[in-house]
Amino acid sequence: MTYFPEEVVEHIFDFVGSHRDRNTVSTVCKAWYQVERLSRRTVFVGNCYAIRPERVMARFPGIKSLSVKGKPHFADFNLVPYDWGGFALPWIEAAARRCPGLEELRLKRMVVTDDGLELLARSFPNFKSLVLISCEGFSTDGLAAIATYCRGLRELDLQENEVEDHGCQWLSFFPDSCTSLVSLNFGCLKGEVNGGALERLVARCPNLRSLKLNRAVSVESLNKILARASHLVDLGTGSFAVDHRTDAYHTLMNSFPKFKSLRNLSGFWDASPCCLRAVYPVCTNLTVLNLSYAPAIQGDDLIKIICLCFKLQKLWVLDSIGDKGLAVVASTCKELQELRVFPCDIYGAGTTSVTEEGLLAVSSGCPKLNSLLYFCYQMTNAALITVAKNCPHFTRFRLCILDPGKPDPVTNQPLDEGFGAIVRSCKNLRRLSLSGLLTDQVFLYIGMYAEHLEMLSIAFAGDSDKGMIYVLNGCKNLRKLEIRDCPFGDIALLKNVAKYETMRSLWMSSCDITLGGCKALAAKMPRLNVEIINENEETDEFEENLSDLHKLEKIYVYRTVAGPRNDAPDFVWTL
Amino acid sequence: MEEEFRGGRPQLFDFITNGRDWSDKGGYGAAEEKNLELRLGLPGGEDWSAVQEKREHPAESAVSPGHIAKIPKSTNLSASSGAKRGCSDAVESKPEGTLADKTTFQQRHLQQQQLGFLQLQAKGKESLHRTSGSAGLQSPEGKVCGPHAAHASSTKNTTATHSTSQSRAAAAPVVGWPPIRSFRKNLAGTAKASAESPNRRSDAEKKLENDRKGLFVKINMDGIPIGRKVDLKACDSYEKLSLAVDELFRGLLMAAQMDPLAATTQSTKETHVIPGLLDRSGEYTLVYEDDEGDKMLVGDVPWDMFVSTAKRLRVLKSSDLCASSLSVASL
Repeated sequence: MTYFPEEVVEHIFDFVGSHRDRNTVSTVCKAWYQVERLSRRTVFVGNCYAIRPERVMARFPGIKSLSVKGKPHFADFNLVPYDWGGFALPWIEAAARRCPGLEELRLKRMVVTDDGLELLARSFPNFKSLVLISCEGFSTDGLAAIATYCRGLRELDLQENEVEDHGCQWLSFFPDSCTSLVSLNFGCLKGEVNGGALERLVARCPNLRSLKLNRAVSVESLNKILARASHLVDLGTGSFAVDHRTDAYHTLMNSFPKFKSLRNLSGFWDASPCCLRAVYPVCTNLTVLNLSYAPAIQGDDLIKIICLCFKLQKLWVLDSIGDKGLAVVASTCKELQELRVFPCDIYGAGTTSVTEEGLLAVSSGCPKLNSLLYFCYQMTNAALITVAKNCPHFTRFRLCILDPGKPDPVTNQPLDEGFGAIVRSCKNLRRLSLSGLLTDQVFLYIGMYAEHLEMLSIAFAGDSDKGMIYVLNGCKNLRKLEIRDCPFGDIALLKNVAKYETMRSLWMSSCDITLGGCKALAAKMPRLNVEIINENEETDEFEENLSDLHKLEKIYVYRTVAGPRNDAPDFVWTL
Repeated sequence: MEEEFRGGRPQLFDFITNGRDWSDKGGYGAAEEKNLELRLGLPGGEDWSAVQEKREHPAESAVSPGHIAKIPKSTNLSASSGAKRGCSDAVESKPEGTLADKTTFQQRHLQQQQLGFLQLQAKGKESLHRTSGSAGLQSPEGKVCGPHAAHASSTKNTTATHSTSQSRAAAAPVVGWPPIRSFRKNLAGTAKASAESPNRRSDAEKKLENDRKGLFVKINMDGIPIGRKVDLKACDSYEKLSLAVDELFRGLLMAAQMDPLAATTQSTKETHVIPGLLDRSGEYTLVYEDDEGDKMLVGDVPWDMFVSTAKRLRVLKSSDLCASSLSVASL
């Protein structure tokens, strides 16, 4: 290969797609490293503090697409303090300086500011796609800047972000000359948008295929939009609530049949059963249906819509669907690959929810099921063992039994055997979340069988350090380990310190880790950042007096070549 | 060896305590405390000591901040029944150092949470604010995960002291549990409320956002080497602040004073360990440092102005107050 001119090598590398393969290729020799880095077009940074942005931009000057992730996953559940970090601005600045050809930026769990968005909008003349997931720190002013300066923008996708509402006019900043939009998702915005501007924008973008409206968009407005966007593939409906005696309702009822290409439906925030009927005509073509924001739709109405959706591949619902509804899913949706069942009302008592029966039904009826997120009040070992037999193709299995530490209600046993069956049977399992009563035994199983496991989430489980040690010694491909409220201490933390350099990160909160343990870890492994997050109890004097026996509330350990970060707030100590 | 008491705790579970104090110890001298701790079943089981150590830490943080949320009356019945089962099992079975009764970390953990909830209920804390700053995940503060539950609980200022009296409800409100995003927690509540205004949800979310931010300032007390932090946003008046400071340092003070009365004090809301903080009548006085670095007496300016300018707090011995070192705020 070394006798080939660079252009040929580069052409061969074009066929090397995945990040991992390209990373491997670049380590062969210096020549290949050079060719690879100059021809790389997409870079994914799983932890924004693992490397400095300048280094990434210097190595890959030709990138067109950059993805960066910030906060640890548990930040989604408010376990990470508000100003922990994960700032996007350094990445935007570095890219602006070195990689002006950037076309796509994807950020997840990062703090993005309006200034950052404006810098982004002004710095990249070919910018096409901005995807922000679970980010915060910006307002509709930042969106206005994107709309104003990104000529040729194709995609603006805002998923589950915290966006401050500074008015409804940001949509109007898309110039009349903007006709390039393919995908627009502002479902997470809380405020109103200018209806007229929205309608005009939709009308002048003939390539628009994905449109996700926020809850503030009324049915009247939706009707006008639908009239202009018959080529939509993906629709988020807005509030979808209107009195059935109005004209708007009747218009809505007649709107959907013409959508021959529609495949994905979501939104439905305030949808009533009446209004839901409007989408029946398109159900037979749907591959993705998300009704998980619609608590007003109860079991029977859910069943009515689901029994039409026989091509469904992805379904997100609330647990009001009940075991009965899941049985209908099992008998109708033979193509189903992903199922998510969210809890409807976690404070109420006596609302319908799902049990192991529902999961059993789906596992036996849907042979292609490979991704599951299931919130329920109880689960049995027998059910899990059967599910494991029925569905050996799970790649993602996340089960959340809402009572922490709840055993199998029939046998009163821990759920070790059930989860053990899952990891034994599902050889391609990449992501696993555990719940219920669990002893060290389940971790023994995971360490032994879960060879491809990349992400493991543990809560209120285990008896001793052995549990964590089984996992660290066993799972060869483990990348992310997040643990809360488990009796794992320093012995487990320090048993296999080299493992952490093979992983992206470790999160432990409310466990038995002490300051001394973390100090030892930091001393042994200089290329890890061992962050201690101490929100309540520190002053300068306290820090000096802190004994090594002091139990730590939250630690976050990650490999890095960037050294300790310089933007840590004062409640984060990096050892 | 001294036992540290953190204010009166009603003897809640007869079958657990056997007259001993179940309450938390300070985190200092933890090794010593192990020997004093109540054990269910035979001592020597290492799992138990792990639990005891764990109990020390969260309990400490339970008392420290002023932002203790109101505990909803309804908590997890299965947790409490688990607690009961765990206790009676442990009393009955007698293995050496093994876990034949199958009570596990989770059940014990939940027992301890249960006790924590009830202990704080007895104190009758009123604050409804949920703050993100609280690190006490296993602290028995019962973080209320959303305004919905907070409202539900605010009307139930009860001193229910038995787990059996708790009605069955959803899982106990532990921080970050169940693992769903905040906006999903509010869905049912906001749907039941008027479906007209989309801003309703944004109000709830904004409240959560603001609550999350908190406003923590450091506070030190004379004679105590360990400083604390207090969340000013969680207090909405000087009175609340005084209570919060009282809470923060109570245990430490009593450790210093070895107050034998503290263990038996039933009502803790009314008795201040540090009386007269604000009116300069007591042994201690609360002062603060403002954004210009001046030391001021707490209580002279309107509350909102105080919150926006206070950078650091200090509890001084009143005898140490020196006129020249304080600037008197002009009203």
